[in-house]
Amino acid sequence: MSGIGGISTLADHKRRRIEELTARTSEAGGVSLIRDAGRRLLRNPTAMVGAIIILLFLIIAIFAPLVAPHDPVQRFPELTKDLTVDSIPGATAGHPLGSDPLGRDFASRMIYGARQTLFVGVLATFIGLLFGVVLGAIAGAVGGWLDVLIMRLTDVMLALPSLLLAITLVALASRSTQWTVIIAVAVVNVPIFARLLRGSMLAQRESDHVLAARALGVRRRDIVLRHMLPNSLTAVIVQATLTFAVAILDAAALSFLGLGDPDINRAEWGLMLGVDGVRYFEVRPELAYLPALAIIFVALGFTLLGESMREALDPKNRR
Amino acid sequence: MPLLDVRDLSVVFQRKGAKPFTAVDGVNFTVEPGQTVGLVGESGCGKSVTSLAIMGLLPRRGNKVSGEVRFEDTDLLKLRPQELRDRRGRDIGMIFQDPLSSLNPVLPLGLQVAEVLERHQGRTRQAALREARNLLDAVGIPDPTRRLKEFPHQLSGGMRQRALIAIALACKPRLLIADEPTTALDVTIQAQILTLLKQLVEESGTALVMITHDLGVVAGLCDTVNVLYAGKVVERAERHDLFAEPRHPYTHGLLQSVPRLDVDRGGRLHQIRGSVSDNIPWPEGCAFAPRCDRVNDACIGETVPLEPTFRGGALRCTNPVPQEVPA
Repeated sequence: MSGIGGISTLADHKRRRIEELTARTSEAGGVSLIRDAGRRLLRNPTAMVGAIIILLFLIIAIFAPLVAPHDPVQRFPELTKDLTVDSIPGATAGHPLGSDPLGRDFASRMIYGARQTLFVGVLATFIGLLFGVVLGAIAGAVGGWLDVLIMRLTDVMLALPSLLLAITLVALASRSTQWTVIIAVAVVNVPIFARLLRGSMLAQRESDHVLAARALGVRRRDIVLRHMLPNSLTAVIVQATLTFAVAILDAAALSFLGLGDPDINRAEWGLMLGVDGVRYFEVRPELAYLPALAIIFVALGFTLLGESMREALDPKNRR
Repeated sequence: MPLLDVRDLSVVFQRKGAKPFTAVDGVNFTVEPGQTVGLVGESGCGKSVTSLAIMGLLPRRGNKVSGEVRFEDTDLLKLRPQELRDRRGRDIGMIFQDPLSSLNPVLPLGLQVAEVLERHQGRTRQAALREARNLLDAVGIPDPTRRLKEFPHQLSGGMRQRALIAIALACKPRLLIADEPTTALDVTIQAQILTLLKQLVEESGTALVMITHDLGVVAGLCDTVNVLYAGKVVERAERHDLFAEPRHPYTHGLLQSVPRLDVDRGGRLHQIRGSVSDNIPWPEGCAFAPRCDRVNDACIGETVPLEPTFRGGALRCTNPVPQEVPA
C-alpha cells in the first residue's frame, strides 16, 4: 500500500510540476516587450526597493494635504513663543518634528516639500524629454546639415558642467521663480536626450528591419514613426527615470544656492536645507539633515528603478 | 518581352580616401514572367549588391549605380524615389537573409503584414488584418489568428521566414527577389521554406530571382542560373546544362567542391585554391585566372567577353572545360 501511495504522490508532484510549467508557457505567450520587462522588474529586489521609495514619495506628494498635520505656511503661537536665535522648539504635542525658524510646523513643510519636488522633477524631466526627443529624432531621421547643426549645439551644451549651465540660465532670467528653475534644469537635460535618441535612431536606420520596410515601399514618415522611433525609445525611457533623480538634485542645488524661488512660504527641500539648515545647523541639525536625506532618498529611488529598468528592457536579457 | 531586363548594371563604391571599388561590373540578365532565375556565387561576388541596386535600396551617397534595370517598360534606375517607393512591395517583393532581424521587434506580426496592404492597396486596418490572417494561413503558419498578435521573438525561425514570405507576396508582386532566404535556417526548415517558395511562385505565376551561394538551392528551384564572379556574370545556363556540363572552370570547381553521396572518391574533397580576393581587375584579364586550373596566355591582357553558347546560355572563358562528346 505504502508503495502505491508513494507512486501516487510522486505522480501528483510531477503533475503539479507540469501544470506549473504549462502555466508559465501560456503566460509567456503574447507578451509585449514592456510587459515582459515589467515581469522581470517585479522579480528584481533592487527595482522593488526603488519602486517602494518612489511609491511612498508619490503618495506623500500627491496626498500632502491629507498626510500633513498642519498648513505648511501657518505660524503657530505655541511655537513662536519659545523661538529665539539660539533655540528652536523640537518635537511637541501636535508638532512631531517641532518648529522651523519661523514657527511653522516642520513636519508639514517636509511633506509639502515632496509635492514641490515632484512638481519640479516631473516638469523639468518632461520638458527636457520632449525637446530632446524632437531634436534627436530630427537629427537621426533627417541627417545631413541639420544633424550636424543639432549635434554641434548639444556638444556646446554638454561641454559645460550641467549645474554651471543651469546657474547661467537662471542668471539670465530677470526674476527667478520656480519656473526659471524648471526650465533651466530641463534645458540642461535636452542635449542628453537628443544625443541618446539620435544614436539609437542611426543604429535603427541601418538595421535590417528598416531595410526590409524600405523594400516594401513604406513611406519615409511611417519608417521613422513606426519602425525607427519605437525601437529607439527604450534607452530614452530609462534615461528619463535617471534624469528625474538628476533633476531633483539640480533643482535642490539651485534652491540651495539661493537661485530658486525667493518666496519664503514655499516649502522646498533645497531651500530649507540651504537657508534654515545651514544657518541653524548648530541649533537644530535636523533642519539640515531631514531635507538632505529626503532629497537623497528620492534621488536614490529613481536611480535604482532607472538602472533596473535599463537592465530589464535590454533585449539581450529577454527569453 | 522579359519581365525584368538588367542591362550592363554596375555599382561602384566610392569612399572618401579609398580607391573606388567595383562591386557589380556590367551585369546582364533577364527574367521572364513566372521564371525562376538564380544568381549564384561566393561571398563578395556582388549578388546582394545586385539585388539592392535593382530595388534602389543602396545608399545614395558613396555609390554610383549605372546601366539599366528595365521592369516591363520602365527603367527603375531612372524613377524618382517616390515612384520607386510606390512600386517596391507592390510590383517587386523582397525577402532577406535573416528573418528575425528583418522584422520590427516592437510591432505585432499582424500589423507588419497589414502595413504593406494598407500602403499599396489602400485597405483599412480592419480589412488588412483580415487579409493578413489569410496570408499567414497560406504560408502555412498554424493558428494564424493568434499569431497576428504575437511579436517576432515569439515565433520560430521557420515561422518568421514564412511570415516574411507572406509579407513579400501580400500585394501579389510580379517579381520576388529572395536574397539567401534559407541561409539563417536549419537544414530541415530550409527544405520546407524552399518547397513553400516553389509552390507559391508556381501558383501565383510570380517570377523569382533567387540569390544564393548554395548550389543545392539552385538545383531544386531555378530554371536558369547566372554564376557571378567578382561582379561579373561568368556563366549562364539552363539548370540542367549547368549541372550536367559546367563549362566555366569556376562553375566546374564549385560543383566539384560539393560532397556527393553517389560518388565514393575516398579522397580529399576538391577545393578551388586561393580566395575571392586573389583576383586581377577585369580590364586586365579574367579575374578568376589566378585561381584557375585551366589558365593560359589568352586569360591575361584584356577583358574576356561574355559570349553566347549554342545552348542558349553564355560563357566568359577563353579555355572552357571541354564538353563530353556523346558516344
